[in-house]
Amino acid sequence: MKVMKNRAITVSGTILLTIAVVALVGPWLSPHDYVSTDFDRVLLAPTIADAHLFGTDELGRDLFVRTMLGIRVTLLVALVASFVSLVIGVAYGAIAGFVGGRVDAVMMRFVDTLYALPFIFFVILLMVAFERNFLLIFVAIGAVNWLDMARIVRGQTLSLREREFVEAARLTGVRNRRIIFRHIAPNLIGIVVVYVTLTIPQAILVESFLSFLGLGIQEPQTSLGALVDAGVNLMEGASWALLFPAGLLALILMCFNFFGDGLRDFFDARQAN
Amino acid sequence: MSLLDVKDLSVRYDGATVVDAFSFVVDAGESVGLVGESGSGKSQTALAILGLLPRQASVSGSIRFDGSELLSATEQSLNRVRAERIGIVFQDPLQALNPYLRVGRQLREILVRHELASGMDADARVIHMLGRVGLPDPHRQFHAYPHQLSGGMRQRVMLASALIAEPDLLIADEPTTALDVTVQAQILELLEEVRDDTALLLITHDLAVVAGHCERMLVLKKGRLVDAGATTSLFASPGHAHTRVLLDAAPRIDRVDIPPPATGVSILGVEAAEVSYAESGNERLRAVRDVSFSLRAGETVAVVGESGSGKSSLVRAMLGLVPMQAGRVVYAGAPMEGPVESRNMAQRRDLQLVFQDPIGALNPQMRVQDIVGESLLVHEPELSAVARKAKVVEALEQVGLSDEYLGRYPHQLSGGQAQRVAIARALILGPKVLICDEAVAALDGSVREQVLELLRKVQIETGLSILFITHDLAVVRAISHRVLVMYMGRMVEFANNATLFATPRHPYTRALIDAVPVPDPVAPSRKAPLMGEVPSVLHPPPGCVFHPRCQYAEEICRTRRPMARDIQGARVVCHRAEELDL
Repeated sequence: MKVMKNRAITVSGTILLTIAVVALVGPWLSPHDYVSTDFDRVLLAPTIADAHLFGTDELGRDLFVRTMLGIRVTLLVALVASFVSLVIGVAYGAIAGFVGGRVDAVMMRFVDTLYALPFIFFVILLMVAFERNFLLIFVAIGAVNWLDMARIVRGQTLSLREREFVEAARLTGVRNRRIIFRHIAPNLIGIVVVYVTLTIPQAILVESFLSFLGLGIQEPQTSLGALVDAGVNLMEGASWALLFPAGLLALILMCFNFFGDGLRDFFDARQAN
Repeated sequence: MSLLDVKDLSVRYDGATVVDAFSFVVDAGESVGLVGESGSGKSQTALAILGLLPRQASVSGSIRFDGSELLSATEQSLNRVRAERIGIVFQDPLQALNPYLRVGRQLREILVRHELASGMDADARVIHMLGRVGLPDPHRQFHAYPHQLSGGMRQRVMLASALIAEPDLLIADEPTTALDVTVQAQILELLEEVRDDTALLLITHDLAVVAGHCERMLVLKKGRLVDAGATTSLFASPGHAHTRVLLDAAPRIDRVDIPPPATGVSILGVEAAEVSYAESGNERLRAVRDVSFSLRAGETVAVVGESGSGKSSLVRAMLGLVPMQAGRVVYAGAPMEGPVESRNMAQRRDLQLVFQDPIGALNPQMRVQDIVGESLLVHEPELSAVARKAKVVEALEQVGLSDEYLGRYPHQLSGGQAQRVAIARALILGPKVLICDEAVAALDGSVREQVLELLRKVQIETGLSILFITHDLAVVRAISHRVLVMYMGRMVEFANNATLFATPRHPYTRALIDAVPVPDPVAPSRKAPLMGEVPSVLHPPPGCVFHPRCQYAEEICRTRRPMARDIQGARVVCHRAEELDL
């Protein structure tokens, strides 16, 4: 595979994979769990002796397990939200671009309208209207991210529709369904894959931001954003409570960004050939 | 000592050698043609001389200009040489001019920057130069932005900027390839006229251009010099087989075997076609106006015209790819109406299209087998996969490709192979009419010849009718039975191939024929090229659309639109067709 020759993709991919595996397996290997409090061991610095690798918080909960749990939640939110934006955005954008004309105009004005909504206001509204709920975060993030995807896919579809191979297919009478699935969709894959890997860090940031504001994940569940929020309060005296989740959050974000950039270079190079 | 002395020049990229131990000289004042097909390394040589190769390129050898080595020169001294002593004209003037600066300022900067002139003096020199390259009203064009000029005018500005510092050497890299044929003739003429004693290195794929304008020529093949000598002697007796190949492939309009006129019944016709597109501000761009012609069974009709003539719009409207505002299309006695989606399957099966850009016409994500076989899925869904594959193999064989191409993707094909695949896709259903939209324009000379030969062969074997859209009269001459000449959306002349070239009835047809360079250095010199350029189609001139460029125009041409008339077998749209002796 030529993908493997791209340093950015291999290095960041390996790091992400390692983090994901450790986040999945780590808590299972640890003697601690994420809810049990231990008031004898409050704000313990990282230590190997007690298997508190990342120390403990002000309730004596093990921060390693909580951080791994936070990574799981954060990655899950990001992946699901990106997947939601992928499905809705690609379908919506491809239909608008391919059908064109009035349908396209109406569909894209709807997207413009959603763009105009202030995002935080929208989330708070959701929170008020419904109970605070894990699902709401997916909805909120997905609802915002698919807009960009729809615009990108629509633009690409519009230009693909005018390409000569699509015209050749139209001329002989190939059905629209087949034109979309054989001629347009496969040529969208490159740009969509790249864009998805670049939306994942966006979704992670949004989730962390919501959790930091207290609008996201609720205790005792946690996410990297919520952990950073808690860590900020303990910063003086228990810096580890902030440094581990914040450092890992930054590392994950960087890796996804490099991964996306690498993929883009890869597809660009393929196009240039 | 020679002005430019290149010795053992090699350019390599990542192991691939694009220029291989190339040595040549250009003496002061002489004109040298550097010829080769695409990928032969001719442009790379020019870039190497100018020190403009990308960083990944590794260059070896020696390039001495007026005694001093360029390859080891500092960027600073190179800049001086490039500005003052070597002028350059590229193929695409729009990319070479800065879109944000007025034309006059760009030229002025060259003089001021290198302290060749300043202030009013510089302005005067720029205006003088713009006048010399034939810009009408140079005082006004001094303040124009590049986008306000037409393609031909931009190339004139490029030429002015290349020559303004009075260089010793002018390098022109495909200077007329992007231009219409009448404009090409003007620019080539101009190149000759304004360069005075500046030496010229003319890089081109077109032997006809070299024939008329270079004293010596160099032939490159895959980065190696294979032939060199005086133009006249190389044309008379090539020193290398490749030169022979290039010469044979160079299409000629002065002597060819013209296909005998076909006599079948009319199979596809269009009557009074009108095609227009909505423009901003309620204006309509009327691309095709009142065009009628017909195509007979088994014949090839060429539709020829410069850019903006409406030739592509016409056939796209006939196919139902763009709407036709008025007129009708008749296929095999039955009308064809509406967009292509609403037409019946039999008609769609019978009419097939081949595009200009062979790579762009093939889906990059599909294999050749699926590309060629796709229409079978629609028209013969009952075929088994095996039978379908057999038909695909058969179609590929028809266009001269073996079954090893079945599994390839378009990017693994050369331009010529890709065009063959596109033709195979069009032929697999056994169509009655093949429409070729500039189908050979993007191909190299020898490949172009092969594809034309292939079309001729298929026509003889299957009785296919071909509608061939092109801007290239040499191609028209070689392939068509009858020719439809278009200008600014209107029909100008419609006649047999032989009649049209021997006795053109319309002044525009005459001018088009005269503008085609002939690949023969000893051919008699032709008449002066047509003046001016095609006006805006959005605001066509009144009366006969051709009158502003027509040397025979009279009062009636300026006011009244000419009607089509039949004159000795030719259909001509000109007020003075009967009286003119062209």
